[in-house]
Formats: sequence, C-alpha cells, structure tokens
Amino acid sequence: MKILREPINLALFRRPLGRVYVIPERCKECSFCWSFCPMDVLERSDEFNPNGYRYPRVKPGKENDCVNCKMCSLICPELAIYTVEVS
Amino acid sequence: MTQVVKAQRHPRDSLLRSERLPHIWCPGCGIGIVMAAYADAIEASGIPPEKHVCISGIGCTGRVSGYMRLDSFHTTHGRAIAFATGLSLVRPDLEVTVISGDGDICTIGGNHLIHAARRNVDINVIMVNNFNYGMTGGQHGGTTPLGAKTYTSPYGNFEAPFNMPYLVAAAGASFVARWTTLHVRQLINAIKRMMSVEGFAFIEVISPCPPTFGEFNNFPEAIDMMEYFRKYSVVDHNADLSKIDIRLQGEPLVVGNFVDRRRPSYQELVQETIRKASGRGESV
Repeated sequence: MKILREPINLALFRRPLGRVYVIPERCKECSFCWSFCPMDVLERSDEFNPNGYRYPRVKPGKENDCVNCKMCSLICPELAIYTVEVS
Repeated sequence: MTQVVKAQRHPRDSLLRSERLPHIWCPGCGIGIVMAAYADAIEASGIPPEKHVCISGIGCTGRVSGYMRLDSFHTTHGRAIAFATGLSLVRPDLEVTVISGDGDICTIGGNHLIHAARRNVDINVIMVNNFNYGMTGGQHGGTTPLGAKTYTSPYGNFEAPFNMPYLVAAAGASFVARWTTLHVRQLINAIKRMMSVEGFAFIEVISPCPPTFGEFNNFPEAIDMMEYFRKYSVVDHNADLSKIDIRLQGEPLVVGNFVDRRRPSYQELVQETIRKASGRGESV
C-alpha cells in the first residue's frame, strides 16, 4: 500500500524561538502587531515615543513564546518591528 | 525581561530611504505594508535593485517612489503608466513597477491602464485601493462601493464602482491578482510572480483608510477594516471575475491570483516589427 502522507517525526522538529526588536520612534500605535500575533505575545506598552504613540512590548511571562513567524514584521505598516530567531 | 529589545534599524532598511522614516501615512494605513512587501519581493526576485524602477503618480500611494532607495519617478496625476510604458520601451532590461492609488490608476489614469493592458506592455502595476481620494480629504472616486459614504457622497455613493480585476483581465493583461493588506505573504509571492511575467501584470491591494473612508463607513479604526478582511476574505484563484465586485456589506471578499497567462508582450511585438521593417535579423 502506498503511503500518501507520512506522519511527522516530532523528534526532527524544533520549535523556533524568536526575539522581538522594536524601533520605538517609528511606531504609530495602529495595534496591528498585537492584534494579529498568532501566539499573543505582544501588547501595548505604557511608554510613549516622541510622537506620543505607545509602542508594543512583550507581555510579561511570554518572553519565550515568540516562534519567529514574522507576522508582526510583515503586517507593520511602519517597519517598526521585526523578529530574529535565537538559537 | 518584559521589555522588547529596542533597535535603530530594520532589516528592510537597505531598500528604503530610512532617513525619511517614519513616513507621512496615517496610523494603520496599508500603504506601508505594500511598500514593505514590495521591498521584500525585490530582495526575493533575484533581480539586482539597480535594475528595478519604481514609478508612482499623485496621492498618498504616490509617496512610495520617494521612500524606495531605487531609481524612481513621481509623475503627474494619472500618468504613471504612460511614463512607465515609455521607459520600458526604451530600456527593456529594467523591471518597471508602478505603485499608485486607485484614484491615480483607476479613475484619473483609467484610460492609460486599459490601453496598457490591451497592448500587454511589460510593466507591473500595483494599485493600492482604499476606495476614495485619501490625500485630498476623502472624495468618492471610481472604486468607491455603492452606498458608501464619503465627504462628497454624504447620503451614500450612487455611482457604480469599477470591478478592477474584471476590467483589467478583459482588457488583456497577462497577470491579474487581488489581495488585501492582511494577506502579506501571498502579496509578496504575487509581486514576485509579476516581476517574472512577460506582459502586463496587475495587482489590486485592498487597504484600510481609517481617517477619510473608514470613519464614515463603520470602520473607524484601521484594525476594524483589517478584522473585516480577516472575517470575509475568501481565497479563490478560479473565481468568476464578473462576480467579485466589492460592496463592503458582509459579502465574501474574493482574493487570489485570478489570471496568469502567456500573451505576446508589446515589447516583443515592437522588436519583431522593427526586425521585419529593417529587413535584418538582429534586434535594434
């Protein structure tokens, strides 16, 4: 019998860990990054940038939850946030 | 560590005039997403940046040419495609991309658009559709949905809008797609594909416009419009193009790469004619 789909060998896969970088001066608080983060890692911070917008930060307790999917980086209209995979 | 790491530069900054950032667009405007997707597609296309040219007309989206660290030109209103046609004829080695808004490409430059599609000129056109003339204060235009309220249609728009993919596909374009600013990965792939297409390639990108369009139409914040895209978007690459007009009233918002076909491009036909007329085998 031909196997159409092989089961995933979880031992070969590793959950990536991402680190979030923010450029506070560019943020305009559009809320896209924390609304569309699939892992719900981001939230609005309490700090203002020079233009009066509150830029995102990582939720307390979710420091190791980013999986480097790059959704925040793709959806940010201001090019103010990106993630880098850490090993 | 509850704070994020603060940085000064973005990985995509090499293709942008980063000293001009933050840009002038409103919070939540989708044009920044399209510009970043274009920069990503340039990197992924394999064509060196010095071979890319970015052309735009007037309007909010017209500012893209000023922010890209590429050879770029900011043309008069509606004439971006006309300029791009001339440039691509003189320099067929360049990858010419027009990024402009719906008011510029569809309404004021509509005739240039359909005739460039008819001739199948080898250029790429990215039309950012925010359903109104945003920069001049939110007047209705050729893409404003029926019944939508704007500054110049306070009782609801009574002019039927263009169905852009249907129009451009009927005019003869080689590649026609529609995505929203939420479908960024698909948009990057579509822009990458349009750079390799021989012939006229057109992408309509549906974008939020919170202060001038959304405010009157139940999308007061940009995130409301993005949530609308998430809820009602349907990916259908084989959709019947005559039925995919946008009303923004909860009907399926059909997106996808609708047309991808091979037709002889204008540049190929011009070269062939020059060869025939000059009676020589080599290109001129």
